[in-house]
Amino acid sequence: MTAGYNFAYLDEGTKRMIRRALLKAVAVPGHQVPFGSREMPLAYGWGTGGIQVTAAVIGAADVLKVIDQGSDDTTNAVNIRRFFARTTGVATTERTAEASIIQTRHRIPERPLVEGQILVYQVPQPEPLYKLEPRRTETRKLHGFAEYGLMNVKLYEDIAQWGRIDVSYDYPVRVHGRHVMSPSPIPAFDNPKMHQMPALQLFGAGREKRLYAIPPYTDVHSLDFEDHPFRIEPQGHACVLCGCTTSFKDEVPMDDGSTQWTCSDTDHCRSVQAGHEAEAV
Amino acid sequence: MNEWIQDDGTLPILVAQDLGHRFDRPGSTDGHWALRDASLALYPGEVLAIVGESGSGKSTLLRTLAGRLTPTQGRVLYRERSGRVVDVHACAERERRVLARTEWGFVEQHAHEGLRMAVSAGANIGERLMGRGERHYGRLRETAERWMARVELDTARIDDVPRAFSGGMRQRLQIARNLVTCPRLVLMDEPTSGLDVSVQARLLDLIRLLVGRLHLSAIVVTHDLGVARLLAHRTLVMRQGRIVEQGLTDRVFDDPQHPYTQLLVASVVNA
Repeated sequence: MTAGYNFAYLDEGTKRMIRRALLKAVAVPGHQVPFGSREMPLAYGWGTGGIQVTAAVIGAADVLKVIDQGSDDTTNAVNIRRFFARTTGVATTERTAEASIIQTRHRIPERPLVEGQILVYQVPQPEPLYKLEPRRTETRKLHGFAEYGLMNVKLYEDIAQWGRIDVSYDYPVRVHGRHVMSPSPIPAFDNPKMHQMPALQLFGAGREKRLYAIPPYTDVHSLDFEDHPFRIEPQGHACVLCGCTTSFKDEVPMDDGSTQWTCSDTDHCRSVQAGHEAEAV
Repeated sequence: MNEWIQDDGTLPILVAQDLGHRFDRPGSTDGHWALRDASLALYPGEVLAIVGESGSGKSTLLRTLAGRLTPTQGRVLYRERSGRVVDVHACAERERRVLARTEWGFVEQHAHEGLRMAVSAGANIGERLMGRGERHYGRLRETAERWMARVELDTARIDDVPRAFSGGMRQRLQIARNLVTCPRLVLMDEPTSGLDVSVQARLLDLIRLLVGRLHLSAIVVTHDLGVARLLAHRTLVMRQGRIVEQGLTDRVFDDPQHPYTQLLVASVVNA
């Protein structure tokens, strides 16, 4: 643990302020709560919102896992994990099952999360209506009055143009039958995992200075039309490392111009492989 | 307000009482009165024209009636479909917005202000329905096609964006978008200005037809006396923020009483 820094880098006053905002966010699922986002020792877009949320909720007894695109060993994940290891001294892990706090960018772990775990999302753009209505004063009213017709205009356009809803990530959801929320840029593949999840889900957008949350066991429905229901586009590949066909895959370009498909969730891939080895023995 | 309770179809659906609006300069209270002491009543199925020169307060009056501009004085009362009377400016903003997208329509002078230019014609027409909770793509599309046909737009262009439409077509699309939820009251701000005469004539024909068929009440702001003569049952003449004369359209234009109306009628150039 590096000397000279407060526990988890932020000062206690800031952490308290973020926790207060988080309490409000949990009380109104899916509602964006403004907070005083601080300057962090990394650039916007690298997870400043997620880091501040993690810093506010982490305790000495926690076990932290950080993933980026499902992977524990990409630059973003490695650095954020090391940042918290140095400023808090908490134990870190790459195993989903052992973690009490999981900070994530772009994925939800394949292994179902359980009660007591906290999933912290890094969010670049918290406003799901942003591309349709750029005025913040107006979107606040649309959320306040639950006027979400505009959101369906976008989905209508997709079906009219492409014959299907063409949103492969950051697919808008309605939380607890009330607020429409951006799930951050996770693939639409992961959307069903948010529904009735036993773990607490917290979202932090550092640049946009917004927090929101989904409490455990909350209804989360992806927006759709009655005659064009939400569904996951099957990728149709098996992982070359573990053979899993049900997980979300990354397409990896090879030197010879071909591509390989591997599990995006490295911990899931490793545990499936370990399972195969155990069977072989 | 008691006489409003029993509705036998002859009570007004919109009443404005002593409306006044003052545009204040920031930090001072002695601004410019754009509208003063305007009172009017609109009856079911009636088309009312508001005429006057530029700057006479026509649009201020219309925007105040539509709830978009809060009046400095007076109030606007609206009778809902259910018979309940609401004070447009005293009710909650939420209620006003619900009214604006279910019971009212507003046709803007410039179609691009009333349309979403980046989404297709079909989505433009469907937006109000989706706002009301329609979640069936097939039905939305059917309705959009039916309305495009009704306003004489080519249904094959349902997936084109309004940017690709001509001025007249945009105005038709805007009308379809407003009428799709079957509003009871439609407010139009110079719906035909900026269009050439033949397109204007066809659009006026269409508006007259739709207003008659759907039994709409409408208020049309125009500086073109011909439009008022063609569309409106009653006409109201404004000058310098005040209503100087109102009456049946034919009476106002054939036998103008106020000197300003006489001037206005005399100023029309006959082709």
